[in-house]
Amino acid sequence: MKARPAAGIEVSAVRKRFADAGVTAIEDISLSIAPGEFVSVLGPSGCGKSTLLRCIAGLETPTSGSIKVNGVEVSGPPEGLGMVFQRDALLDWRNVADNLMLPVDFRRGDRAVARERAASLLALTGLQGFEASYPAQLSGGMRQRVAICRALVDDPVLLLMDEPFGALDALTRDQMNVELQRMWLTEHKTVVFVTHSITEAIFLGDRVVVFSPRPGRVADVLEVDLLRPRRLAVRSSDKFDGYATRIRTLFEGMGLLKEEA
Amino acid sequence: MKGGEWQGGAMAVLVLAGMFVAWEVAVRALAVKPIILPPPSAVFAEFWTGPAWYLGHAWYTLLVTLGGFGLAVAVGVLFAVLIVESRLLEKTIYALIIGLNSVPKVAVAPLFVIWLGTGVEPKIAIGFLIAVFAIVIDTVLGLKSVHPDILDLAKSLRGGRLATLWRIRFPCALPSMFAGMKVAISLALVGAIVGEFVSSQRGLGYVILSAQGTFDTARVFAAILVLSVMGVALFWLIAWLERLAIPWHASQKEYTPTS
Repeated sequence: MKARPAAGIEVSAVRKRFADAGVTAIEDISLSIAPGEFVSVLGPSGCGKSTLLRCIAGLETPTSGSIKVNGVEVSGPPEGLGMVFQRDALLDWRNVADNLMLPVDFRRGDRAVARERAASLLALTGLQGFEASYPAQLSGGMRQRVAICRALVDDPVLLLMDEPFGALDALTRDQMNVELQRMWLTEHKTVVFVTHSITEAIFLGDRVVVFSPRPGRVADVLEVDLLRPRRLAVRSSDKFDGYATRIRTLFEGMGLLKEEA
Repeated sequence: MKGGEWQGGAMAVLVLAGMFVAWEVAVRALAVKPIILPPPSAVFAEFWTGPAWYLGHAWYTLLVTLGGFGLAVAVGVLFAVLIVESRLLEKTIYALIIGLNSVPKVAVAPLFVIWLGTGVEPKIAIGFLIAVFAIVIDTVLGLKSVHPDILDLAKSLRGGRLATLWRIRFPCALPSMFAGMKVAISLALVGAIVGEFVSSQRGLGYVILSAQGTFDTARVFAAILVLSVMGVALFWLIAWLERLAIPWHASQKEYTPTS
């Protein structure tokens, strides 16, 4: 299968208000994401970063403003979209191999072609040999690896990840960060990665978009100038620390982090 | 089956045998009149006077039960799908079904005889009516129990309603549907017996009613015994189908997790 070119995203002046709840989730978000770019969206819980992701996915319609994927206005999920959720959203009744076939099944594609791609993705994540296992037999980290493979199997042009490692323990989370980077370096998809971990956002992102508390606005955008592949040890470098301090200072300014009561 | 299950089965048989022995001993020791409570030996002896006759009637009752059950599954699942897929139908039909469920269905059995005659149809209809609610209610529950993330995933994959129903909602509902079917199969058997009580010349319900007329208590017990065996067998049939259909579900502890 020949890889499709990654998608560019253009978010302009997007506002989303949930009338029922009387809540404005995001306000005046403008963001341009280049094809093949890895963008981390970082913010406190409930700041609307997931809402932005859902708007890009076409799962929510912005109240005002526009979102374009590859120059096409988003109205409903765009073609070639891969999504990863915080809870892996695997289908309990399908084994690993068949879970990976879900995107193919939904577009009535040829399973045989997709099997090859699925096998290579499973190998890339060290899951070969688990094809016949059911989700209930896997650990949290393995399940999330399967979910990522599923998001990639149909060669998406855009990968949207909503706090994918939020439910994992710290050690597994580090491991998944390393693996995700490796996969991204192989696949070079456009990735929008929502997280509330400062470290994770910097480690993975080409850019980190920092959100303010609700209604979410773009408070800052950092270009992360660290060579890839990044090693976990980079997190204790001065440069990394500089980025982290800058974000932390920003959060302190918003009243989100307080040293003293 | 695992060793533990065999052990459990053996225990159940032992307990049952113990109960029969206790029954036999108690009836003899207390000199209870056979017309009130015959000893199990008399019940078994009665069965052996004509096993083919009993099994013939049992066959009829079985067919009526399966007819009512099958109809309940077909109609019940269809209704459940319509209820889940349409907000309007959920507000109208579902409310109506919940309301109708509180009507004592046995009370309407004579009506079915007036409407459908004295053949097999009214008996199947009563079995259906008693069994269908369990199917509808449990299937609706199952179809609605899909995690919202999984529904979002289906949308993000541009899955239509039909594809989502077939590939996501339906398999997700299976454990719940089987729970409903386990209840429904027993209820269909109740319906079949009620139907035979109301009007029949065949079936175990008829056997019980006619034996009661001649105070042949041993015959009543023999028919109840056959009915019990049938009820248990039908339940295990559904449980066996469940095991085949949803080996992945937590209720089917067939495999051991790797971690």
